Amino acid sequence: MEGLTMGSYGAYVWSCFIMGGLVLLICDWRARSLQRKVYRDIEVRIKALGDEL
Amino acid sequence: MWKFIHKLASPPHFYSLAPKLVPWLTVPGLLLIAYGVYAGLFLAPADYQQGDAFRIIYIHVPSAYLSMMAYMIMAVSAAIGLIWRIKLSHAVAAAAAPLGAWFTFLALATGSIWGRPMWGTWWEWGDPRLTSELIMLFVYFGYMALRAAIDDTAKADKASAVLALVGAVNVPIIHFSVEWWSSLHQGATLLRKDGPAMDPAMLYPLLAMILAFTFLFGALLMRRVRTEVLFRERRTRWVKEMVLSARGRS
Repeated sequence: MEGLTMGSYGAYVWSCFIMGGLVLLICDWRARSLQRKVYRDIEVRIKALGDEL
Repeated sequence: MWKFIHKLASPPHFYSLAPKLVPWLTVPGLLLIAYGVYAGLFLAPADYQQGDAFRIIYIHVPSAYLSMMAYMIMAVSAAIGLIWRIKLSHAVAAAAAPLGAWFTFLALATGSIWGRPMWGTWWEWGDPRLTSELIMLFVYFGYMALRAAIDDTAKADKASAVLALVGAVNVPIIHFSVEWWSSLHQGATLLRKDGPAMDPAMLYPLLAMILAFTFLFGALLMRRVRTEVLFRERRTRWVKEMVLSARGRS
């Protein structure tokens, strides 16, 4: 329990660590979703234009 | 050597190389972050002045360091793109900007949270370190807004590269602000002439977190650059062939 309360600074310390984890997760999710979106757009475009490209 | 660099800068080569590099950056990054978080939170002793609040350093310092490192990657890549017209360089600069903005936000937010119990305030407008770091966040936003506002990729590359280079003047200002002016912010902890001013039990988790953030940033940058390359090359034959061959396999 002592480890969690961080001597009255628990809210500050834990919020920073959680925020750090969230930023890393958001960056990872955003990188993956952008890659999927760009790839899907290209697939749709190739399908629509066929051999004209 | 030039042949190797030329090959590396080729968009199709980079596109196939990047996913091979990502696991080599992600796995050590995750292992180091696991050690850094555990040791930083539970093994490192409390600071004699700041108590357990000092543990915020394990998120704040790596993110602040990466905010500047991402900017330098962005500015140097933009300069290379402007001078040698290497397409991949502009893609690296464009990909580094949103990551740099996120880490700058994290550095500012964790610094603000740390400042509340230590300085008695969330924010101090007169402080040079805080203000110059905030300016860097605005430069990142400006860079991304400028790119988004120009449809022509080549023109967007040139205009944003100039902005990135002008904004680079802020990086040494951020770093040396605590030495040049009176600041609430503490001085350098690691990069000091007489060595780091930390006990090894506190220092090793910090070094692990800095390395972990660097590895994970590298992995994220690889993914982002890959997407940027794919978008820029979307009308080329190699992309069409790659998509068609992937469709044929599935």
